[in-house]
Amino acid sequence: MTKVKTLDDLIRLRDELRTRIDLREKGEHPDQLIQVKVAMATCGIASGAKEVMDYFIDELPKRNVAAVVTQTGCMGYCYAEPTIEVTLPGKKPVVFGYVNKEKADEIIEKYIKAGELVDGIIPQTFKKPS
Amino acid sequence: MSTINITIDNKSVQVEKGTTILKAAQKVGIHIPTLCYMHLEDLNIEHKPAGCRICVVEVAGRRNLAPACATECTEGMVINTHSLRVLNARKTVMELILSDHPTDCLVCAKSGNCDLQAMAHQLGIRKIHYQGEQSTYREDTSPAIIRDMDKCIMCRRCETMCNDFQTVGVLSAVNRGFMAVVAPAFEQNLDHSPCTYCGQCVAVCPTGALTEVDHTNQLIRTLADPTKTVIVQTAPAVRAALGEEFGLPAGTLVTGKLVAALRQLGFDYVFDTDWAADLTIMEEGTELLDRLTRYLNGDKSVTLPILTSCCPAWVKFFEHQFPDLIDVPSTARSPQQMFGSIAKTYFAQMLGIDRKNLVVVSIMPCLAKKYECTRPEFSVDGNPDVDFSISTRELANLIKQSNIDFLSLPDEDFDDPLGESSGAGVIFGTTGGVIEAAVRTAYEIYSNKPLPRIDFHELRGLDGIRHATIDFNGLPLNIGIAHGLGNARKLLEEVRAGKSQYHAIEIMACPGGCIGGGGQPLHHGDSSIIKARQKAIYLEDSNKPIRKSHENPYIQKVYHEFLGKPMSEKAHHLLHTIYFDRSKKQFVVSHE
Amino acid sequence: MANYKIHILVCGGTGCKSSESDMIAHYLRSELTQHGLSDEVQVVMSGCFGFCEKGPIVKVMPDNIFYVGVKPADAKTIVEEHIIKGRTVQHLLYNDPITGQKITESRKMDFYQQQYRIALRNCGFIDPENIDEAIARNAYQALGKVLTQMKPQEVIDIIKRSGLRGRGGAGFPTGLKWEIASKVPGDEKYVVCNADEGDPGAFMDRSILEGDPHSVLEAMAICGYCIGASQGLIYIRAEYPLAIERLKIAIKQAREYGLLGNNIMGTGFNFDINLRYGAGAFVCGEETALIHSMEGNRGEPTFKPPFPAEKGYKGKPTNVNNVETFANVPAIILNGAEWFAAIGTEKSKGTKVFALAGKINNVGLIEVPMGTKLRTVIYDIGGGIKNNKKFKAVQIGGPSGGFLTEKHLDTPIDYDSLTEAGSMMGSGGMIVMDESDCMVAMAKFYLDFTVEESCGKCAPCRIGNKRLNEILEKITEGKATEEDLTLLRNLGHVIKDTSLCMLGGSSPNPVLSTLEHFYDEYLAHVRDHRCPAGQCKALVHYTIDPEQCVGCTACARACPVNAISGERKKPHVIDQLICIKCGTCVEKCKFNAVLVQ
Repeated sequence: MTKVKTLDDLIRLRDELRTRIDLREKGEHPDQLIQVKVAMATCGIASGAKEVMDYFIDELPKRNVAAVVTQTGCMGYCYAEPTIEVTLPGKKPVVFGYVNKEKADEIIEKYIKAGELVDGIIPQTFKKPS
Repeated sequence: MSTINITIDNKSVQVEKGTTILKAAQKVGIHIPTLCYMHLEDLNIEHKPAGCRICVVEVAGRRNLAPACATECTEGMVINTHSLRVLNARKTVMELILSDHPTDCLVCAKSGNCDLQAMAHQLGIRKIHYQGEQSTYREDTSPAIIRDMDKCIMCRRCETMCNDFQTVGVLSAVNRGFMAVVAPAFEQNLDHSPCTYCGQCVAVCPTGALTEVDHTNQLIRTLADPTKTVIVQTAPAVRAALGEEFGLPAGTLVTGKLVAALRQLGFDYVFDTDWAADLTIMEEGTELLDRLTRYLNGDKSVTLPILTSCCPAWVKFFEHQFPDLIDVPSTARSPQQMFGSIAKTYFAQMLGIDRKNLVVVSIMPCLAKKYECTRPEFSVDGNPDVDFSISTRELANLIKQSNIDFLSLPDEDFDDPLGESSGAGVIFGTTGGVIEAAVRTAYEIYSNKPLPRIDFHELRGLDGIRHATIDFNGLPLNIGIAHGLGNARKLLEEVRAGKSQYHAIEIMACPGGCIGGGGQPLHHGDSSIIKARQKAIYLEDSNKPIRKSHENPYIQKVYHEFLGKPMSEKAHHLLHTIYFDRSKKQFVVSHE
Repeated sequence: MANYKIHILVCGGTGCKSSESDMIAHYLRSELTQHGLSDEVQVVMSGCFGFCEKGPIVKVMPDNIFYVGVKPADAKTIVEEHIIKGRTVQHLLYNDPITGQKITESRKMDFYQQQYRIALRNCGFIDPENIDEAIARNAYQALGKVLTQMKPQEVIDIIKRSGLRGRGGAGFPTGLKWEIASKVPGDEKYVVCNADEGDPGAFMDRSILEGDPHSVLEAMAICGYCIGASQGLIYIRAEYPLAIERLKIAIKQAREYGLLGNNIMGTGFNFDINLRYGAGAFVCGEETALIHSMEGNRGEPTFKPPFPAEKGYKGKPTNVNNVETFANVPAIILNGAEWFAAIGTEKSKGTKVFALAGKINNVGLIEVPMGTKLRTVIYDIGGGIKNNKKFKAVQIGGPSGGFLTEKHLDTPIDYDSLTEAGSMMGSGGMIVMDESDCMVAMAKFYLDFTVEESCGKCAPCRIGNKRLNEILEKITEGKATEEDLTLLRNLGHVIKDTSLCMLGGSSPNPVLSTLEHFYDEYLAHVRDHRCPAGQCKALVHYTIDPEQCVGCTACARACPVNAISGERKKPHVIDQLICIKCGTCVEKCKFNAVLVQ
């Protein structure tokens, strides 16, 4: 068992352990964070949405982006799978299609970090039933 | 000690910091009523659980009423002891207590002598508004004490005496709430517990919950039996206290009237336990010297200290709690039992009657004596040496029942040959008396010289544990004295650990010795009564023409005519005893 | 450590556990393993979420989906539909009773919206059996800060400034209590946590200990530092086996991590904690009785002064605090006294946990800022009265508290306002009553409890409460008179005025407050021999309305004691002497012909 010998030990331990449960903290207060929803229906899974989701989960913390990545059901854009919906704090959600790892990388660097729009946005003419 | 100022019932009074409201009120003549509270000042026993709530008073600025016995005064406190609020509360609480109490006053043993009855009267209770279920329990009768817990008001005095003072630990509160009661573990009967029958619980009980087994009616029938010769022996402590039951101040000696009363009651012979006390000194003193000299000569088979053994409650105490020390006490019987043994042999022979037709009754300040009579080793072929024992209280009642005007009785003398006693025999009634009596005789036998002085003040007093060193003609004799079993325990622990400094220890179970016994007139919380009785005992001693046991001519006579010499085979057979290990648990879970 | 993408929190509080929540967790885990997802999805048994009415609760994060009324068989559906396919399981979502809408996030529910969880901050969030999760949520940070950066008096000053008051019921300022104990000389002192929680229906402390035990352990250590004690004792009732188990695990883990024991965090401060068990006596929640019980003596209160701070456990200076009081301490240290003092009212700072029960829609555990109105708690958070019945009264403070009525609904919840209104804060029990509750029977219910639990030491409580109960019994049986009501009132006041401890000192409260607010109900019982609420069986009469009765004989055939007689097609009659008031006839009658009066 790890022994906490000083307060610094405790602080270090806490910071390490935080990552384990910050998923829950983020889930509680998503509005202040960047929300990435990955469509994980049958068509999504079939076109590799799972790897895309894993990519976001691994890369975002590495690039110091505070975000919460969740899966969601079919968004309806089955022709453009994998699809993701990105909501920056205070902004309207934006849906991206045909997302693969390269596209994901671009979305992170350009849209999420810099706010620049990127190709492949699906226009939101379709109103989702609430 | 700093002083503070308070106001009680509009009277100003200055008291020391830490004084309770109760004591502060007494200073200005205000007597706040109490029920469970008990303070035996001379014995250092203060019992204040603050549970009965009768002594509640109003304190300005305090939300609820305060118990005067336990609340300490603070600077500027303003107290009202009988406002409407207080009187209403006090009466309501009393009504509650009475509502859970049998209305047996007319036939209760404590009628006229009961703290609860007196308090109900004092508070002017005329109706019990709150009637309901009453808590009831199985009655428990032992050889000496009767527990009728229906009458218990949970004052917890008996618990304090038994646990804290006597350290016997038999009584404790069990169950919870309405059915809470003070009882031995698992609500066993007393005779299945390590109870010593010291009767201190009876001595402090404010109601009829704890009373003695009453032998009065048995005595009346015995006295009326024409086939029996009935003789009586009376203990020293009785003559120093009996007068209180007839209105005389505590500490008045009534020896002469006592003898006259007993004769008028119809006893064939009125003898004195003090005579047997002198006999005890002969036996025990000899035993002491024997063990002492052998010990000093290096005899490893002999142990010191030697402990006195005349108190049956103390004997039962060590049989339960210190059976490993069973060889330590003296083997001498108590004066009561020595008397009975000699009466049913020597005296019966003198009268020419069979011991079965001789009834020996004792008047004792003690309840354990009732139990002692029943011990199997103190009987011959089923016939007890002492048939039964009645307490000072029972005797007083019998005298009243027999229409005897005690106060106008003339002084009479005891009968012979078992009625003459020395001053040493008298002082058996108080703590320090037995050992002083022993010293008076042992000194002269040991040194073959007359005593330089007769009174040994260094052995007297009321401190729980005392010690003194008496110069036995060059040999310093270390003496320890304890009264109250809690104090006895302390000395016994030292003996057990091998650390005792004493050659001889006197132990009495009751506070003050026999004068404070469980069968004496109730002190109702006034320990100065015990102090006054002690003074009376030493006064009787100093007025006696003979002060030393071995100079008692009737003692010399019984040895000469009957016993031979102290510790002879006959003396051993009739006047010594053995003890039993009672430490094994007697668990009886089913109740008959 | 596996990189979990999803955490499924399953409520592991006693309430949900008794509805098989551990089976839910078990099935979730086995389903996940079958689908090869056990490295990606973590299942955690957490503490109480508080929404007990809707339990068992399962919360999926980071999706923030709150499932209610979950059964073990639903585990398969949750895994297959939600985890794998990403589709929220609609039939397990909470249905807002007013809008009819389904709500996924707990923070949007009326039950949670006005709550502010400080003492319960980690309950429902972490796995209480894993110290790592507590540490990740800042457990023991406050202790570390205190030990390395502050002197004892500084810490005491923070607690004083925060305005924290004892949450066990008396509301004594905590900082002041610690200060008194710190000033008593002595090198052997004790910190005691009162986890006896005897009020019937109260489970605030239980939930804290089951859900976040480290918050209490840490606070006790901080207290020990302040007063100069190195030993802590938690007196916990034996009827809380789960809380005991979680405490044992927490203490063991804390010791292993060096956060309890010798030389904590290298500062030279020693503090360890041991458990002591109660044995089923409500009176042992009183601090002196508690201490005597721990000493192995009879659990009876003794007169104060001396107070435990001066002479407590084994005659040594002892500080006794309630579980919830302790649970607030680490948050105060980390967030600051001013933060805490900004919540609540002028004299009652911070929040209070309540166990909401009775005839209310949302039964459960809540935590609200002091000063929240009763109306808010009952109607907004509590969701109003069950079955749309009418609010009659709310009882706050357990057997020591009083009843508040409709006219008190705008009373703010704080120590002084409640006392002024005739009730008291108590430890946090809040029971709501509707028109079918008889107030006399309610008062008797509480007296039944206190009579059973009185220790028996002092006459007013031992005998007085019994007599009080007997009079109430007479009233509910229709055998009492108006004079009995006068006796009831006087007796109640005297018991309060003369009892030795607060058990007797507060046990008449339910009687006195119902006498004051519902006197007409008492009168109906004694004068008219009638129970308006229809609850007291002896005073309820079942009669058949001859106008409505068609003589179908359904009731007569169903009556278990053959009390109903009558010919076919003719009105029937109930024999009052035989009738046992079981109510079967009411159930059977299709014509509403049986009158209950």
